[in-house]
Amino acid sequence: MKYIDEYRDPRHARRLADHIAATVTRPWTLMEVCGGQTHAIVRFGIDHLLPDSITLAHGPGCPVCVTPVALIDAAIHLAERPGVILTSFGDMLRVPGTAGNLLNRQASGADIRVVYSPLDALRIAKQNPDKEVVHFAVGFETTAPAHALAVQQARASSLGNFSLLVSHVLVPPAIESILASGDNRVQGFLAAGHVCTIMGQKEYEPIAQRYGVPIVITGFEPIDILTGVAMCIDQLEQGRAEVENPYARVARNEGNATAKDLIAEVFQVTPRQWRGIGEIAQSGLELRPDYQAFDATRRLGVPDLSTDSASDGCIAGEVLQGIRRPADCPSFGTRCTPDNPLGAPMVSDEGACAAYYRYRRSNAETEHA
Amino acid sequence: MPDSTTDATNPAAWPACPAPQDMRGVIEIAHGGGGRRTHQLIASIFNTAFGDPLNTHGHDGAVFAAESEKIAITTDSYVVQPLEFPGGNIGSMSVHGTINDLLMCGARPRYLSAAFVLEAGLQIPTLERIVSSMRAAADESGVQIVTGDTKVIGRSRGDGLHINTSGVGSVLRSHPVGPMQVTAGSSVIVSGDLGRHGVAVMSARESLDLGDAILSDSSSLCPAVLPLLESGLPIQCMRDLTRGGLATALVEIARTSRTNIELDEQDIPVSPPVRGACELLGLDPIYVANEGRFVMILPQEHAKEALGILRETQIARDATVIGQTKEGTGRVAMKTLIGTNRVVEMISGEQLPRIC
Repeated sequence: MKYIDEYRDPRHARRLADHIAATVTRPWTLMEVCGGQTHAIVRFGIDHLLPDSITLAHGPGCPVCVTPVALIDAAIHLAERPGVILTSFGDMLRVPGTAGNLLNRQASGADIRVVYSPLDALRIAKQNPDKEVVHFAVGFETTAPAHALAVQQARASSLGNFSLLVSHVLVPPAIESILASGDNRVQGFLAAGHVCTIMGQKEYEPIAQRYGVPIVITGFEPIDILTGVAMCIDQLEQGRAEVENPYARVARNEGNATAKDLIAEVFQVTPRQWRGIGEIAQSGLELRPDYQAFDATRRLGVPDLSTDSASDGCIAGEVLQGIRRPADCPSFGTRCTPDNPLGAPMVSDEGACAAYYRYRRSNAETEHA
Repeated sequence: MPDSTTDATNPAAWPACPAPQDMRGVIEIAHGGGGRRTHQLIASIFNTAFGDPLNTHGHDGAVFAAESEKIAITTDSYVVQPLEFPGGNIGSMSVHGTINDLLMCGARPRYLSAAFVLEAGLQIPTLERIVSSMRAAADESGVQIVTGDTKVIGRSRGDGLHINTSGVGSVLRSHPVGPMQVTAGSSVIVSGDLGRHGVAVMSARESLDLGDAILSDSSSLCPAVLPLLESGLPIQCMRDLTRGGLATALVEIARTSRTNIELDEQDIPVSPPVRGACELLGLDPIYVANEGRFVMILPQEHAKEALGILRETQIARDATVIGQTKEGTGRVAMKTLIGTNRVVEMISGEQLPRIC
């Protein structure tokens, strides 16, 4: 299959691994930002092709993982209101709030529907004029253009029963927050390729310069990830700290101008709570004043969203910042499993804990094969 | 608009006679009352489609002579949305699934029962299509539907229609077929490409436009499995790959047999359209449901002969070896496309499409 098979070619993978092994002279820690990359690394065992001196720290780029508990609670609260249909992307449904998750509420009769696009939510609103349709607008820069488009279309068609519960987050402020932290040990980043497809690479250049870290825009297939690692290691070994883009087949350096304009028209930057991490300045998106009629929190009212709490015995925040690994958690695979997750990274396919549980658990034999 | 000045002399303008609602309209609660409407429904739909092959004349059960010393029995309930999907419907699926479960016990499927839970509001023509495809699916495999039941539930209390089928079959082999028989040194064979049913149903349910290429693989495995059973090959275990897909079936077999299974990802057959859909939705095809595929384990030295038999049949023409069993503690591992190894585990709940 074109665009897939050539990026999973074992000989190409081996050549890249050999290049990395021949280049590296000392230990380095790299972070892959996106949960989709984490999933591919663990699923394909890409880290097993790397020398022991290279550590891959898993980053915060899992939208399901970083959505604050308070917003999950708000979504549950809205979904339980009579006359409300809550639409959501599928993998948000299992994420634990303070008490239970959306899947439990769906089972108890709340009208919660999985959609694949915010435009599906818009269609549901048109078909149900007597209901309030709230779409749980989660995600990074990747899903923001579609949410912006849905709001614009709702306004254009004078749809009065559609709103968003917005929980958008931005990647560059999260990278910067990790670099500014005293605990940081990350020396180079594999940036999330699809985020750069929308936003381009410009935002990353000042970060690379200020903190002296290489940032390589990286895709999601094994060859993409090994290429990202190889280019990061080349830079580190040569003492360079630049933004490079080997993912140009998908992500243009300038990004997607139409999508960026859409985001800028509908959203503005705001401080945002990240689950397990805390508030990061200028790290979220909210609807502009012009579009606040489509803000579910204003339109329908929800309880106070300002608090966040981590479960006892869960180190999700440290896992999301690459400080600790899933297996370092005393609850991993015992108290915390995909059937009974304590933290969000055990829920989504993009969560690091879920990926380790699925592909690595009790796997001593295959891990070192 | 209703016209209050209807011309009483012109028959064409008279209000239409109430249609024979029983058969043309929708299922109503009265169809489940056990009285006249129930009998009409059974006579006009179920008896018309299934006949009365064992002459029960409306009696509560069917009686037949056993053809073998050992009889296999299985039951399964079928719930699917939408009721009709590309490549099949809940009716054909409910017959194929139970037939396939009997085959996996090493039995020749003979008779089925069929019980229906109908939701008020179900369109009767839809029910007719579904019931008629059950008969067609049974005929194809030489199986008869000999007894049944109907209940009606209120509107919004079901997904239109739930079907339970139970089946009995004549066991064709003297030694048992099942996970406990699996030993190290055997080949793992899959009968064809994976994931068609799950992707076809999901694309129909969610109105995903994945093209017309993906049809459910729902089918009876009789043409492939009966010749295998009759061949006398020392089959250790067979399992049809329904809910949970290949991965779940193999994890269950490995755990029960306490034998390790080692797979090679590049040998696992998945068609390009299904692969594309799975990549797009973030699904792993080894966990996606099938309704016309099975996995078989038998000693390595017999794998070639088994493949020869399978590949003669339309349903298993792409059968292939995907792995081997090894001494161990009951784990499933897979060599990935890039040459590393990973564990294969069951997943928790359903696979949910990812955000981005």
